[in-house]
Amino acid sequence: MTSTAAIAPLTGRAWVFPQDYINTDAMMPRAGYDLPPKEQNSLVLNSIRPGWADLVQPGDVLVAGRNFGTGSSRPAPTLLLRLGITALVAESVAEIFLRNCVSYALPVLECPGCLAMTTEGDTVTVDMESGTFSNVTTGVSRTGPVLPLMLRQTIAAGGAYAMLRAEGYM
Amino acid sequence: MTMAQKVLARHCGETAVVPGQLVVTEVDLVVMADSVFYKAADRLPEDLKRVSHPERVAVLPDHAVPAPNVKAALAHKRAREHTDRLGFRWLADVGRGGIEHQVIIENKLALPGQLVASNDSHTPSAGVLNCAARGLGMADIVQLVCTGKTYYKVSPAVKFRLTGELPFGSYAKDIFLHLAQRFGSQEGHDIEFEGPGLATLSLDSRATLSTMCTELNANFVMFPADKLIMDYVSTVTDRRIEPVTADPDAEYDAVYDVDLGEVRTGVALPDALNKNVQPVGAVAGQKIRIDQAFVGSCANGKLADLQIAASVVQDRKVADHVRFIVTPASQAVYLEALKRGYVQALIEAGAVVTNSTCGACSGGHMGVLGPGEVCITSSTRNYKGRMGSPEARIYMGSSATVAASAVAGFITDPAPYLENARNLENVGTGIEAGA
Repeated sequence: MTSTAAIAPLTGRAWVFPQDYINTDAMMPRAGYDLPPKEQNSLVLNSIRPGWADLVQPGDVLVAGRNFGTGSSRPAPTLLLRLGITALVAESVAEIFLRNCVSYALPVLECPGCLAMTTEGDTVTVDMESGTFSNVTTGVSRTGPVLPLMLRQTIAAGGAYAMLRAEGYM
Repeated sequence: MTMAQKVLARHCGETAVVPGQLVVTEVDLVVMADSVFYKAADRLPEDLKRVSHPERVAVLPDHAVPAPNVKAALAHKRAREHTDRLGFRWLADVGRGGIEHQVIIENKLALPGQLVASNDSHTPSAGVLNCAARGLGMADIVQLVCTGKTYYKVSPAVKFRLTGELPFGSYAKDIFLHLAQRFGSQEGHDIEFEGPGLATLSLDSRATLSTMCTELNANFVMFPADKLIMDYVSTVTDRRIEPVTADPDAEYDAVYDVDLGEVRTGVALPDALNKNVQPVGAVAGQKIRIDQAFVGSCANGKLADLQIAASVVQDRKVADHVRFIVTPASQAVYLEALKRGYVQALIEAGAVVTNSTCGACSGGHMGVLGPGEVCITSSTRNYKGRMGSPEARIYMGSSATVAASAVAGFITDPAPYLENARNLENVGTGIEAGA
């Protein structure tokens, strides 16, 4: 846990899921567990927005509502990463899901007010080191609580498994 | 400090912790389910070389047992191999264990004042025993198993102060539904229970509440170590028991007064629980035809659930078009229910009683719903797609409501079906291992 690397600012096109309390079953339904990766990918948030997963491009940013990722502890951030989502910004993030974002190295920022300042398709930037969410298209920015250093370092190191590997646990 | 804050402070060696603070600490118990051992990049790595304190780590296949497919079979095989190789404690194999959260309580694996972690989100269940327990992600759990430590952000708390006594025909699940409707999500907070109403609730009933508080989006959920709990753990002689109480000046973001006497039978409508509950009469009036009724899960597969379900269907038949699936929370619950005649009553009425597993509650096997089907369940979640097809609709009620609905064939008020339930023995003091 000695990494001092910072997370570089991430810029991408915004997808907006304004609903509060989107759960991990909706991101990673049990029905997809036994499917090949491509088919499992297509189920991500499919019950909320059919066909969405196929539209995601690498580098896109997900902007979401309150307590995003509630419910099951399943490693749903891995599927967002696999689709190409590069960062998550939400009004707030459910506790286990936030931990999973950190441990699987998906940059995650809680930024109250992020929904109101984002229209889908806007170009947005997430700066994890300052906690700043900027809408490049409109020029509006907001700052949320900066993730504690230890957690930012985990993300910068590539997640919990990368750290354990570096520390000789595997 | 609140109870959970005290547990964290004690474990990280601080005299006090405050909400928002990040603490790094060892824990007393880590439990890993079969889900950790699937062969995938986001699960337990194949080449894990060394771990800290394997004696604190317990492994229990529960989510998909017996294995419904080759992937699950391989996960169970890997679980056994890693357990042997790394020196974890193998809790029980198929037929001798059950759902983790029930097995923890039955075997007193968690104790008052302890800090407990598992990869499953319903881990706060163990808070009924006055320990601070919650779910972490799988990678967090692997990191904890390797390094011996994990982190917690100290949470503020809310408190439910219970008074009064449940009216006849209302159950612990109805208390949860009442809380979910009246107070809604408590995200970002720990939950504590206190008050004279607690003394009227059995261990099973309290554990239904501690488990279901996960659905209020709580972090830690803590019950006091009152006489019921201290008597329950008094048989433990090989480990120290250090119960925790909240300070008189502990701060709470909210204190909610709940008169149990006001709790009525409730039904949650599909797709969400918080602020999505109606009185049973309002739902029953719609004559909602069901395809499946499910009693089970860590929350409501307890002996008291099988007891009330058996009492409701006694001398009746499950409706022709309904599958009534009952999944005990543990094999010990199953066996006790068998000895007491509950299993026979259920089967004679046309129900199926499965082995203990997360099964239908997690949509994995033994009760997966098809498109367009309607289910009423007493399990943990009614999310869209939770139990199978996203086009299925899942209602939630108490095990009495579920059993009555199974007989009626549509969602119904259990009251007319409770004539056998007037004088039921209190069986909700827990199944004790070896008892």
